[in-house]
Amino acid sequence: MTTTEAPEGTAPIQLTRKDFVSDQEVRWCPGCGDYSILAQTQKVMPDFGVPKENIVFISGIGCSGRLPYYMNTYGFHTIHGRAPTLATGLKTARPDLMVWVITGDGDALSIGGNHFIHSMRRNVDFTMVMFNNRIYGLTKGQTSPTSEFGKRTKSTPMGSIDRPVMPLTLALAAEATFVARTVDTHTEHLQRTLEAAGRHRGASYVEVLQNCNIFNDGAWREFTERDVRDDRMLVLEHGQPMIFGKDRDKGIRLNGLHPEVVTIGHDGVTEADIVVHDAHAEDPYLALILSRMFWPEFPVPVGILRDVSQPTHSDLIDEQIDAARAKSGEGDIAKALVAGETWTVS
Amino acid sequence: MTTLSEAPQHRTQELDRVTIRFAGDSGDGMQLTGTQFTRTAAVFGNDISTFPDYPAEIRAPAGSLPGVSGFQLSFSASDIHTPGDQPDVLVAMNPAALKTNVGELIPGGALIVNSDAFTQQNLNKAAYTSNPLTDGSLKQYNVFEVPISTLNARSAEGLEMTSRQVDLTKNFFALGLMFWLYERSMDPTLAWIQSKFGARPVIAEANTRALKAGYAYGETTEMFHTTYRVPRAKLPPGLYRNITGNEATGLGFLTASKLAKRTLFYGSYPITPASDILHQLSAYKHFGVRAFQAEDEIAAIGAAIGASYGGALALTGTSGPGVTLKSEAMGLAVMTELPLVVIDVQRAGPSTGMPTKVEQADLLQVLYGRNGESPLPVVAPATPGECFTMAIEASRLALKYMTPVVYLSDAFVANGAEPWQVPSLDDLPDIGVANAERGEGIFRPYARDPETLARPWAVPGTPGLEHRIGGLEKADGLGNVSYDPENHHRMTLLRAQKVAGIAKDIAPLDVFGPDSGDLLIVGWGSTYGAIRSAVERLQAAGRSVAHAHLRHLNPFPANTGDVLRSYDRVLIPEINLGQLAMLLRAAFLVDAISYNRVRGKPFRIQEIVDEAERVLAGGSNA
Repeated sequence: MTTTEAPEGTAPIQLTRKDFVSDQEVRWCPGCGDYSILAQTQKVMPDFGVPKENIVFISGIGCSGRLPYYMNTYGFHTIHGRAPTLATGLKTARPDLMVWVITGDGDALSIGGNHFIHSMRRNVDFTMVMFNNRIYGLTKGQTSPTSEFGKRTKSTPMGSIDRPVMPLTLALAAEATFVARTVDTHTEHLQRTLEAAGRHRGASYVEVLQNCNIFNDGAWREFTERDVRDDRMLVLEHGQPMIFGKDRDKGIRLNGLHPEVVTIGHDGVTEADIVVHDAHAEDPYLALILSRMFWPEFPVPVGILRDVSQPTHSDLIDEQIDAARAKSGEGDIAKALVAGETWTVS
Repeated sequence: MTTLSEAPQHRTQELDRVTIRFAGDSGDGMQLTGTQFTRTAAVFGNDISTFPDYPAEIRAPAGSLPGVSGFQLSFSASDIHTPGDQPDVLVAMNPAALKTNVGELIPGGALIVNSDAFTQQNLNKAAYTSNPLTDGSLKQYNVFEVPISTLNARSAEGLEMTSRQVDLTKNFFALGLMFWLYERSMDPTLAWIQSKFGARPVIAEANTRALKAGYAYGETTEMFHTTYRVPRAKLPPGLYRNITGNEATGLGFLTASKLAKRTLFYGSYPITPASDILHQLSAYKHFGVRAFQAEDEIAAIGAAIGASYGGALALTGTSGPGVTLKSEAMGLAVMTELPLVVIDVQRAGPSTGMPTKVEQADLLQVLYGRNGESPLPVVAPATPGECFTMAIEASRLALKYMTPVVYLSDAFVANGAEPWQVPSLDDLPDIGVANAERGEGIFRPYARDPETLARPWAVPGTPGLEHRIGGLEKADGLGNVSYDPENHHRMTLLRAQKVAGIAKDIAPLDVFGPDSGDLLIVGWGSTYGAIRSAVERLQAAGRSVAHAHLRHLNPFPANTGDVLRSYDRVLIPEINLGQLAMLLRAAFLVDAISYNRVRGKPFRIQEIVDEAERVLAGGSNA
């Protein structure tokens, strides 16, 4: 994500969380996980040092789509699934802006699935934050593309017969250069993850496991609750071994292509056997393995799975424009009008 | 063997106008042949009009009827408006091309056939039970059998090429022959061959030889006793070039972006017959044009709206099926009141329809094919050259009124070509508009300019104007989300009034012919040429007939009702089932008569003349 430096000789911009709070009344259901995501987003914004007029929040349709109204930046609440397309056009015309895409599991992965894939593979320099609550909330409780197989909802009274999308796997398959997961209630981790995503140049994708307390309450509770999360989640840190557990004695070992949970000190396992996380690996293999790990077979990985540097979509466009100008000179309309043969009638 | 003294005297005949159709397999290079002849005629100074007619299949089975590709061009010494109703000359490269095209050749017309291609196998593919060259069925034409393949192969002797490669050059042989027949210089085409194939000298040489061999064949054979000369047309003085509608569209929007001093953004997904615009704008990188091939039609318009939000002159281009997919996003542009141009190069529908064929049946779709009351201006160029000015006009309206605008082209105007007087940049309007800047008090993103009713264009990056917009209904002025009943009613009216008010800001409907009289023929889009030519013929025959052609279809020019009511009868020819007629009837209570043909082909002049005569004689809606 591009950050705009303060002009030379001027003091860096000093903004606070309050500068990013709009005058609009927040209207999510009481107890919704979206409040936490909004609060952490507002809190993290000053850290980028970007003037708020250079920040744009673009959303689609769904509960998440309301977030831009609450940010005192530029904002665009678009149509269902299409936020990445507007963000792509905006960044193409205005690479100087910092662009955030706010979306949900239905918006990004169902109706907007195509744009999700293509904006990621283009490495458009924006940060996509996907609120994943495994349900359609705004339309009052139908199955979503991340709903578990067999899930009973209003539209699937006998259980969903669709297998769920693995969002992180999809993002990696679409060549996203920054892929992370965090949880609405883990505020410190959420803030840290948003900050890292915002600082990444290129397409950043953050899946936020978010609770819809009205239509799908407790969707992630089994592993995100305070008393169990240390044992059931794996907090990824680049360069650190994948160790988890209240007693920091469990870890992930690779057995060929398969990850397995092992206990350090049992069966001869030592810390040396535990995989060390490498978020900056150019190849996506380790990230892909992590993206497939999920409770109850595995602890659920959170943190940054992948963070690699690639030229952004805008970089490549500008490069081509510069190359074309170097070759043909700045375009001259008068010349374009008379391209090909001309003749004069007197 | 005839001796020289017995040879018939060679004659040159002067003609006012000639219409030629080149027809062959879609792999025979007929489009190229037609284009080369057109360029040569245009550079010479003829008025020209062209009609490329090609199948949607890139390479249908060789020799088959669906694989026939045609290119018709008319060139003349006087002002012409159409590529001609019927060809005077048909060049048929195989039996399938003969079969699908000979019916339109005028009786007594010249038919030049590649006799080598009339093998039993090809005759079978074209479903001929007997050879038309020998069975007498072509008696009414002046048939010239030329063994083009054989003669062409001989010209390539000694070149290191496969016989298949040599055969691909035979269209140049046919072109050379036509250049001789119509006394045209080969130089423009020879230069083109060098520039195109210079890097492949053998191919360049083969094409050059083929062209010259065709020309020499005309000169030396005694088959043709007459060559024809079509003098220069008396066009208004100025600098000219040949231009297709799609080219003029691309150039028009490029120019509009410079006139508006804004970045040009074009979002598009490949679709016939609009893709050429994407190709052209993609080649304008040195102008800073950002042309974006999106993953689908929706992404193409979404990106354009995003670019517009960021302050660019933003366009999306497609054909009818693509407009269908873009409808929801067009509604978003209506609601957010952002400038945007949606180019619809119409083709025959519904559904996939006939992708390469002309139709005008998207008018109601672009006007009404969205949920809610969703008004937007619609403009339509009438001729290839006019695509340039209407592109600037569409941009002007979008920017000045902060609205999406639909630019309705069609397959005929997009692919057709005509000589175009190159405008001087100084004569073009300044269509620039200013971005909003921080003012006193709270910023109101939906405050309106009292004259245009446009809202301010507050682009990100402007300090103090941070605001939120979107597809939800807006509170008048403040622009916050509003479900207030009276506000929704007021905003619905405001959006409608804004678009309707454009009527004050567009050229009045111009009439060709008497200000009042027996009959007014009203058209829009690419039917212009056929209608204008028909009206000229009717006027020459003493009929009281006028022609009015609408370039603005929403809103209509302010004087439209007055014009319609000044004639006893109103006839509206359209390549649809009466869409403009329905609109004009509804808006002005005029008992207009529709003339509708949806064949994927432009109107013939004569059929409009005939229909006008029928109406003048008292005929009503058929």
